[in-house]
Amino acid sequence: MSEPVLTLRGAGMSFGERTLWAGLDLDVRPGEFIAVLGPNGAGKTTLLKAILGQQDLSDGTIEFLGQPVRRGHRKIGYIPQQRLMESGTPLRTRDMIALGITGHRWGLRRESRDERRRIDALVDEVGASTFATAPVASLSGGEQQRARVGQALASQPALLLCDEPLISLDLRHQRGVTELIDAQRRKTGAAVVFVTHDVNPILDVVDRVVYIAGGRFTIGTPDEVLRADVLSDLYGTPVDVVRTMGRIVIVGSTEATAIGEGEHDHAHHHADADADPEGPIR
Amino acid sequence: MNLDVLTHILSFQNFGELVVLVRNSIFAGALLGIVGGLIGPFVITRNLPFAVHGISELSFAGASIALLVGVNVVTGSVVGSVLAALLIGVLGNRARERNSIIAVLMPFGLGLGILALALYQGRAANKFGLLTGQIVSVDNPQLGWLLAISAVVIVTLLVVWRPLTFASVDPDVAAAAGIPVRSLSIVFMLVLGLSVAVSVQIVGALLVLSLLVTPAAAALRLTVSPIWVPVLSMVFAVVSVVGGILLALGGGLPISPYVTTISFAIWLVCRLVGGRREKRRPRRTTVAPTAVAEKVAVDA
Repeated sequence: MSEPVLTLRGAGMSFGERTLWAGLDLDVRPGEFIAVLGPNGAGKTTLLKAILGQQDLSDGTIEFLGQPVRRGHRKIGYIPQQRLMESGTPLRTRDMIALGITGHRWGLRRESRDERRRIDALVDEVGASTFATAPVASLSGGEQQRARVGQALASQPALLLCDEPLISLDLRHQRGVTELIDAQRRKTGAAVVFVTHDVNPILDVVDRVVYIAGGRFTIGTPDEVLRADVLSDLYGTPVDVVRTMGRIVIVGSTEATAIGEGEHDHAHHHADADADPEGPIR
Repeated sequence: MNLDVLTHILSFQNFGELVVLVRNSIFAGALLGIVGGLIGPFVITRNLPFAVHGISELSFAGASIALLVGVNVVTGSVVGSVLAALLIGVLGNRARERNSIIAVLMPFGLGLGILALALYQGRAANKFGLLTGQIVSVDNPQLGWLLAISAVVIVTLLVVWRPLTFASVDPDVAAAAGIPVRSLSIVFMLVLGLSVAVSVQIVGALLVLSLLVTPAAAALRLTVSPIWVPVLSMVFAVVSVVGGILLALGGGLPISPYVTTISFAIWLVCRLVGGRREKRRPRRTTVAPTAVAEKVAVDA
């Protein structure tokens, strides 16, 4: 088996008394699609921050490509939540994707012919040709996320970190963006770590699930983890997992919202954004 | 309007001779236009127009104190604006927090400046010049200062152009890609402070926005091309300053009303043209997601 892209050993994250997760061992292999699930405030985004070296672990180690993580990395492609660009952002879609290749470069050297070809290929690949010259501020949420995927892929990453990239997209675009990410990891062998509060849009493509809740976690295939007995044990309270019409719905017996699965949770998620200790990645 | 007033505002007597006399000022003005036009798009994407105004008031305070104690006015102005820019950059990470810090600093700076001017016994023209712009007069040592500072700003901006663009439009993603977002932000505040300090010398503290924001805002109404926005913004700023200096020659009035009026007129025209273009542009049809999904499937 090939060397893991990302290795966590005994990783723990605590804020004072509160432990988000501890003793996390995880090897992410090239091309593997890992979903990080759990309720709001469980520490999903904090895990991404730790992988990006923006938040130090309380315990244990994280290695990316055999090196301890540092602040940001060229070989990590990061796809954040959709956030509409303000009008007056001086970029067109193609320029935004190009930043993935040239954005780290000092000075004004123009793109080489080779790089231009690569950018054109990326624009094509993420289905952005029809809006390549449109101002980024004029893009719809789905179009913008395609551009972000293109930008993230531009540096030929070994790892794609996705932080709720499907949030506030309609079902059609959720599927489109998911298929795009899935196709790319199969083609390029980039591993995917995908943080989401709703597993359904990505259920068909997920290899393994890391489910974090209440300071504990479970790792396994979706079939191993998304089960009533496993999740009840994890939450420490009776939880039912209902499979209906190809979707998985996780319901808690007492406080359904605390578990936070399903679409009704979107509003809840936004309302809680300020109280959430995680916040967006900086 | 009284004809006398009009001829006072627009007078072209002895125009040729006067132009030769103010060669320095025209040169300084053009340079300032380039600086303002180049930095303007970043000021807008980084949401800093209010910060520009705040920095210019502290720049005014620095310059006034320098005038009072009899040291170089440019030095005082640079010290004031760089201090303010760094304070705003270090303390104000979020827009709301930043705006309240600026609102706290600004009146303090203005008050300090007014105190220094009130105590100053020298020529009255110098006093108002710092707030509302000079009557055309840039002497040789002052020009040297402006040249040096502008060169630092322009070179720094060109070196950090791409990472700064990335960090300005998408700080989270830029940070994830390993771009030093925090350091870039400090570097940007430094060059912004320097740009404000040189602008204060020509248009005065109250009108700096007309050079550092208006031209870029006008350019952004016409295009979002990352090349054309700074180019147009520079052209607009240079036209505003140099045009303002030339028009102000005859009347012996401060150049700032001319500069701000030209700059505003350009913005107005760009807004009208840009608005009309947006209406004319056919609605972009969005790509059918199924077609894309199939295409991706084929690629894979």
